Amino acid sequence: MTTIEERPAGDGAHGFGRIHRKEDPRFIRGQGNFVDDVQLPGMLHGAILRSPFAHARIVSIDTSAAEAHPRVRAVITGATLETLSLAWMPTLSNDVQAVLATDKVRYQGQEVAFVVADDRYAARDALELIDVDYEPLDPVVDARTAMDEGAPVVRDDIEGKTDNHIFDWEAGDRAATDAVFTEADVVVTEDMLYPRVHPAPMETCGTVASMDKVTGKLTVWSTTQAPHAHRTLYALVAGLPEHQIRIISPDIGGGFGNKVGIYPGYVLAVVGSIVTGKPVKWVEDRSENLMSTSFARDYHMRGEIAATRDGKILGVRVRVLADHGAFNGTAQPTKFPAGFFHVFTGSYDLQAAHCEVTGVYTNKAPGGVAYACSFRITEAVYLIERMVDVLAYELEMDQAELRMKNLLRPEQFPYTCATGWEYDSGDYPATLSLAMDMAGYQELREEQRAKRERGELMGIGISFFTEAVGAGPRKHMDILGLGMADGAELRIHPTGKAVLRLSVQTQGQGHETTFAQIVAQELGIPTADVEVVHGDTDQTPFGLGTYGSRSTPVSGAAAAMVTRKVRDRAKIVAAAMLEVDPSDLEWGHGTWGVRGDPKNAKTIAEIAMAAHSNLELPEGVEGHLDATCVYNPPNLTFPFGAYICVVDVDPATGEVDVRRFIAVDDCGVRINPMIVEGQVHGGLAEGIGMALMQGIAFDEDGNCLGASFMDYLVPTALECPSWELGETVTPSPHHPFGAKGIGESATVGSPAAVVNAVMDALKPLGVRHADMPLTPAQVWRAAQGRPLRTDLAIS
Amino acid sequence: MMITVTVNGERHSHDVEPRLLLVHFLRDVVGLTGTHWGCDTSNCGACVVWLDDTPVKSCTALAVMADGRTVRTVEGLERDGELDPVQRGFMECHGLQCGFCTPGMMMTSRWLLDRNPDPSEEEIREALSGQLCRCTGYENIVRSVRWAAENPADDSTEASQEVSPS
Ligand code: FES
Ligand code: FES
Repeated sequence: MTTIEERPAGDGAHGFGRIHRKEDPRFIRGQGNFVDDVQLPGMLHGAILRSPFAHARIVSIDTSAAEAHPRVRAVITGATLETLSLAWMPTLSNDVQAVLATDKVRYQGQEVAFVVADDRYAARDALELIDVDYEPLDPVVDARTAMDEGAPVVRDDIEGKTDNHIFDWEAGDRAATDAVFTEADVVVTEDMLYPRVHPAPMETCGTVASMDKVTGKLTVWSTTQAPHAHRTLYALVAGLPEHQIRIISPDIGGGFGNKVGIYPGYVLAVVGSIVTGKPVKWVEDRSENLMSTSFARDYHMRGEIAATRDGKILGVRVRVLADHGAFNGTAQPTKFPAGFFHVFTGSYDLQAAHCEVTGVYTNKAPGGVAYACSFRITEAVYLIERMVDVLAYELEMDQAELRMKNLLRPEQFPYTCATGWEYDSGDYPATLSLAMDMAGYQELREEQRAKRERGELMGIGISFFTEAVGAGPRKHMDILGLGMADGAELRIHPTGKAVLRLSVQTQGQGHETTFAQIVAQELGIPTADVEVVHGDTDQTPFGLGTYGSRSTPVSGAAAAMVTRKVRDRAKIVAAAMLEVDPSDLEWGHGTWGVRGDPKNAKTIAEIAMAAHSNLELPEGVEGHLDATCVYNPPNLTFPFGAYICVVDVDPATGEVDVRRFIAVDDCGVRINPMIVEGQVHGGLAEGIGMALMQGIAFDEDGNCLGASFMDYLVPTALECPSWELGETVTPSPHHPFGAKGIGESATVGSPAAVVNAVMDALKPLGVRHADMPLTPAQVWRAAQGRPLRTDLAIS
Repeated sequence: MMITVTVNGERHSHDVEPRLLLVHFLRDVVGLTGTHWGCDTSNCGACVVWLDDTPVKSCTALAVMADGRTVRTVEGLERDGELDPVQRGFMECHGLQCGFCTPGMMMTSRWLLDRNPDPSEEEIREALSGQLCRCTGYENIVRSVRWAAENPADDSTEASQEVSPS
């Protein structure tokens, strides 16, 4: 248990430890290869005409003027797609989504027509020449009225649909929970909205599609976090033979969930290439990205918490209204329409818990998985961590003390929570204690006391989160019927150099480095000798991709297991080389040697050469060392952490200054601590963004009010403090090398810490809760006791 | 309209539309794709290059405005096969993840260090405040610039494989 500053730097050159990233040399020279960097001979450019209305019937579309434009090669509408049976495509939640609208538009920014032209500018010019006659309809903007009698029906394309209901889902034991609530001394209720936000990676979404008419091979360069799943979906959507589809996910400029799904623009680039016989590039602009691609959250939650008067939490009950937008496109494992929200019991030892979730359609962009949420765990953590603070407020108890009293104890692991998750490992009190020590918690409270006496507003917020990542055991988890197991292939060349082929794909997480380190660690060869191949479906084994913090828990495990297979094969070859029985050999880091005779040993490079030579191998041994494997995780991994945020609030302006942020993460064994810390830094900034600035709001007509970086504010270097990190290490008992996922921990855990800090600052004013984003205007209104305005994203 | 722009020391003459943005001129016409594009509203700074000696957002400048002038892009940071200390700093301190914001960040950082060789953390944050990064939380970007300040080109050695203790 150490802070980052105290820990010695590791090596990393032969396994785990701090080492520079293999990716960096190309990026620092401007030599990355992002989708928009792809240039093909004869390539054309596509642009999408989008709906200005949230809800309108399409009366007519006149494309004649656009078609007459001298630089336009094709204009595609929903009617064109209908003739190809491509007007609708399946979503990741077994719904359908319009590729181009045919009957009506259902959200502002929906795709209506696609123009293919000689260059970007001409394609945009031609959009202006398309004449669409709309008949505006009343939109459903507020999810809370979506199920009202007489509400406009968003999805009248679904036969027999007369309301906006999508699903009802529940988890936990209702009767047991009700019983606990009936007997509790204290029950506190709070309504809270986790507002709609957008991941907004710096690179927007795009695709270059190239259909080779001669060979019939379709090559698609695309911003995708899940190239293999995309390939299967293209095969299913377009009826193309899957072996003739190649998806390349080149360098990706950040994903955060935004690039999990297939967007209409991707399909349109493919159709454009098929229609024109030329490669077609489509890259969206920022407004298109923010208005039409995967949103996240949009959960209206009513939380209830039951406890004894002295602060023992007994149960939690939650009712959620989930706004899924116009098409149910959330990318959750099939059995879990609310993702893993039912991990909302958090880090506490509860007797009973129950949640009910209702999903509804509204006239807003579809999506719903995105934004580093670990399948809705962000919402769950926010809910429970806010409820604990609300309880502390009512009990007049210190927030840290209340948490300490209720945290799971180390001896309770593996722990099955009230909604059925089996937490693998943890020492929660140690992690919270470390965070409090690093923060100087008692001194901060004293400082706060002094400041409060002077009328100053200072707040200290805590969040203790438990994540459930690494989806997942294929028996329980699939997306559109595709089980969530991932493959890996390892080739060892005759000279002992290795090539690892992976199903997952990096969007900045540094897989080319960390996965090489896994092989190095397991095989004892230099990290530099391992090449990692990923992001190309023709070159890599099948798997479901990178999201939900699943790369290290699932593919990292696959990489370790395939390397162990290679090591086992090497043992047989080494035994033949040394003319001993394999059982007489022992593994040194990188060698197989005769037990008790350390000089009599062969390195992996020597063994690899022998495996490719004419050395006689035992009967039934094939030669070479290459291996493949598919890893089906036995359980999820459960990383956790304690975050403490310190804020000062200006009572006059409502401005929040995040003065300090202390983050202690436990993600089990760290492959490359430098990269882990980077993941945490980034997630903390996202958390501050969501808590204080980011919000995709709509006006009553369904106009998107967060459609550019002028309106949808994301943090700059000035809003972020210098992050203070610490770590504890509780290995996952079921992961091959004890790792847990880390990619989303900070995004999941930090918003609650920031909001708790601001609420703590406002406590003397009698404020118990206010919804995000806590913009100056929102904080000021809360401080004044005025009604909040969730549409006030900017101020 | 015929324009001649000197990009990273090389002259490029092209007939361009007057409305062509500098960022598209660099990427699509000259073929230097290290300069990125990330927004429509001059907010993100992924597109920052130097026009003569000043960083500009190349999405907000027209190619014709660069006629007869010099442009320096990320591809021109490395000199005679030597990485700029800023480039090495970003690698040393893990100042990049996806690498999309990185070229713009490095161009502004180089400009800052040329004017202020020993900037404080606050000065670095201020200088980079017109640019967005969604991956790093800025922490390691700030450290990267500090690394470059502490290891100016002349007396520095080749970037080590070991990570500098932070
Ligand atoms: S592309 Fe965003 S500022 Fe230039
Ligand atoms: S490194 Fe990805 S946006 Fe900065």
